[in-house]
Amino acid sequence: MNSVQTAVAEDLMHTESGADQYLTFILADEEYGVDILRVQEIKGWNGATPIPNTPDHIMGVINLRGTIVPIIDLRRRFGMESVEFGPMTVVIVLRVQGEERERTMGIVVDAVSEVYNVKPDEMKPPPDLGDAIETQFIQGMATVDEKMVILLNIDRLLSCGDLPSVAAAEEPAEEPA
Amino acid sequence: MSIDISQFHQTFFEESREGLDLMESSLLQLDVGAADPETVNSIFRAAHSIKGGAGTFGFTAVSEFTHLVETLLDQMRSGERAVTREIVDLLLASVDVLRDMLQAAQEGGDVDPARVAEVQDALARALGAGQAAPATGGADSARPAMGKTYVIRFKPHADMLRTGNDPVRIFRELATLGHLCVEVDAEALPGLEALDPEAAYLGWTLRLEHCDDEAAVRAAFEWVEDECELEIAAADAAQAARPGTEGRSGRAAASTEPKAGSIRVDIGKVDAIINLVGELVITQSMLGQIGAAFEDGEHAGSELIEKLHEGLAQLERNTRELQESVMQIRMLPISFSFSRFPRLVRDLSAKLGKQVELQVFGEQTELDKTVMERIGDPLVHLVRNALDHGIEPPEVRRAAGKPETGVISLNAYHKSGNIVIEIADDGAGLDEEKILAKARHSGLVSDEAELDKAEIYKLIFEPGFSTAENVSDISGRGVGMDVVMKNIRALGGRVEVESEPGRGTTFTVRLPLTLSILDGQLVKVDGQIYVIPLVSIVESLQIERERVMKVAGRAEVYRLRDDYLPVVCLRDAFGAAGRRPELDDALMVVVEGDGRKVGLVVDDLLAQQQVVIKSLETNFRRVPGMSGATILGDGTVALILDIGELVAITGSAGPGNGSAAAGNSSEAA
Repeated sequence: MNSVQTAVAEDLMHTESGADQYLTFILADEEYGVDILRVQEIKGWNGATPIPNTPDHIMGVINLRGTIVPIIDLRRRFGMESVEFGPMTVVIVLRVQGEERERTMGIVVDAVSEVYNVKPDEMKPPPDLGDAIETQFIQGMATVDEKMVILLNIDRLLSCGDLPSVAAAEEPAEEPA
Repeated sequence: MSIDISQFHQTFFEESREGLDLMESSLLQLDVGAADPETVNSIFRAAHSIKGGAGTFGFTAVSEFTHLVETLLDQMRSGERAVTREIVDLLLASVDVLRDMLQAAQEGGDVDPARVAEVQDALARALGAGQAAPATGGADSARPAMGKTYVIRFKPHADMLRTGNDPVRIFRELATLGHLCVEVDAEALPGLEALDPEAAYLGWTLRLEHCDDEAAVRAAFEWVEDECELEIAAADAAQAARPGTEGRSGRAAASTEPKAGSIRVDIGKVDAIINLVGELVITQSMLGQIGAAFEDGEHAGSELIEKLHEGLAQLERNTRELQESVMQIRMLPISFSFSRFPRLVRDLSAKLGKQVELQVFGEQTELDKTVMERIGDPLVHLVRNALDHGIEPPEVRRAAGKPETGVISLNAYHKSGNIVIEIADDGAGLDEEKILAKARHSGLVSDEAELDKAEIYKLIFEPGFSTAENVSDISGRGVGMDVVMKNIRALGGRVEVESEPGRGTTFTVRLPLTLSILDGQLVKVDGQIYVIPLVSIVESLQIERERVMKVAGRAEVYRLRDDYLPVVCLRDAFGAAGRRPELDDALMVVVEGDGRKVGLVVDDLLAQQQVVIKSLETNFRRVPGMSGATILGDGTVALILDIGELVAITGSAGPGNGSAAAGNSSEAA
């Protein structure tokens, strides 16, 4: 965590004009990025209080210095296979712009990676992936140091009303028959 | 950097509004013909501060208007003007105009200039009339003065001004010694053609209140003693002649002293403190747990550990007290909400031609500011309704053998962690047949349906329901009672109606004292801790197997004395994966919500404690069956059950919706 913070600080000092900064994290060997200005903090996984009768990907709520913050398991949100949480598992606490107000939410990811500067013209629109997956929550793709990074639009990803699973169609109905 | 004076505007507006509220309530207390001098004085003072503030901040229109009001009040207070109903009405109208003017000044809106001019003219007329015919009676309940009062009759000789003496300077000097009232006698003033501009024609009667230095008074006239007729008398004799005036301001000034011990604080700051204290309580209990762990460790019994424990115990006491005191800050007496009703009742009863007396009890009952703010409008509606629909016109009342003046009473008191507010009238009572007929007519109830009394009364809370024959601007449009119900429910409260034909109707509103804390019973379900509000709990018991019955093979019912309760296993209701515990010897919490009882099966009963309610909606959304969340001593989050909703869910969950729960239970059995 400290190294991340140092990296953030260093990069903030060397921000090139016109470039946006993205914090990236790893999820099933892929690198995803979120706008660093939306990141409130990064903390270790300490468990959450589950909320009955909510979709699978909602891990529950945690106490973040007196406020109740929901935690989303991003793997399950994307319909990926769950893995055991390890020492690298972190919660990225984000400020999400909802329809009416800003919310604070946390996402559980495999590990935090880097901070990159991405200029708007370096960002490419996501390819049409057909019906396989919704692309509305992808802001764009960028190539940094020969690596592909998927930049996420967290407002779309985390604000969609009832927070349905992205790959909901693939999952069986939630209520057991 | 110059000082930005507008930063003080907010305070001025708030204080002025409070001043106006005070003026209004005091005006309503004034008994026509025998006004309490102290009350008149407090009205005067309120008007005076508004005028001063308005002048300072450059709201000229407000200060000019208030000046007239103040002058009128000053005459009332000095006994020159009798307190009549017309004057009180005029002053009440002025309060309204001032309120509008302040609102306009604050928000940059407009006031109706015609209305302002109208009231302003009326004030000016009243002032003119008052001078022509000064009233003698008015206030005549004299009170002992603080300091002495001197009545000074001062009539300069015609050539006094020529010697360089100026009465105004003398008056200024006197004004520094106490409260000075000056009356001029202009009788000797000749017409303009005969007037010698350098001669003194006027005489004065000065009343100097709260002065205890007679020598200083005499010294003020030292230079003119030989050039005037001067009579200085201590007030005793004069008091009999002109009673009342002296004592008033002295008394009132003394009685306002204790009130000065309050400060105005932004509510956001208070809430920030409440949050911080909540954090502190959690930290404290975390430290407590660590301290307890030391007790068993290798250092057990050492002196240092002893001291640590003492310190932790002290910390716990202090944090509890701190939390209680901080919560107390948000609590206000309900008189803040009740204070608007005397005016409302007065105006409405005049409009409707009814005679109504308002009785208020339990004004000092305290409740949370937020609850108070949200309960204001529903209460207004209930009182309006009582006036409009409840109380009959005088002739009808007389015919029914009741006193012509109806009584509406407001009563507030605490009962088992709730505040109860009763709005009662001694009017005609609810007309069951009329309500039922109306409901059938508007299709709320089918023609065949048989309803009992309670069910019929409930109909008045249905949207779009009104039995008023004439739609007035007071009530009768059929909007209101359903909104009242909705608002009260949203606060976690409920309304009950009782009525007796010919004897009147009573609405009983029950509300939680505060929206930020509750007394809860912690229970464990599937390894997680949940909070059940203590108010909803009827009892907790251990299940006896033979009392459990299965209806239609799945839904379970428990026989508790003479009651049959539906049994809800929270494990199932929460979709917990684990196998439910055997019902034998399991723990069941009997709860009541919306008038229905349900048994909730839990894994374990833990401690009872006060919890701080946190919203789930701030960062997430509403969760069915949960009213919020709280943070426990170890820093983890526990959800608070919404019993009303849980009961409703079990009620509606037939074989369809609740099949998950019911299905599991049949398996387990």
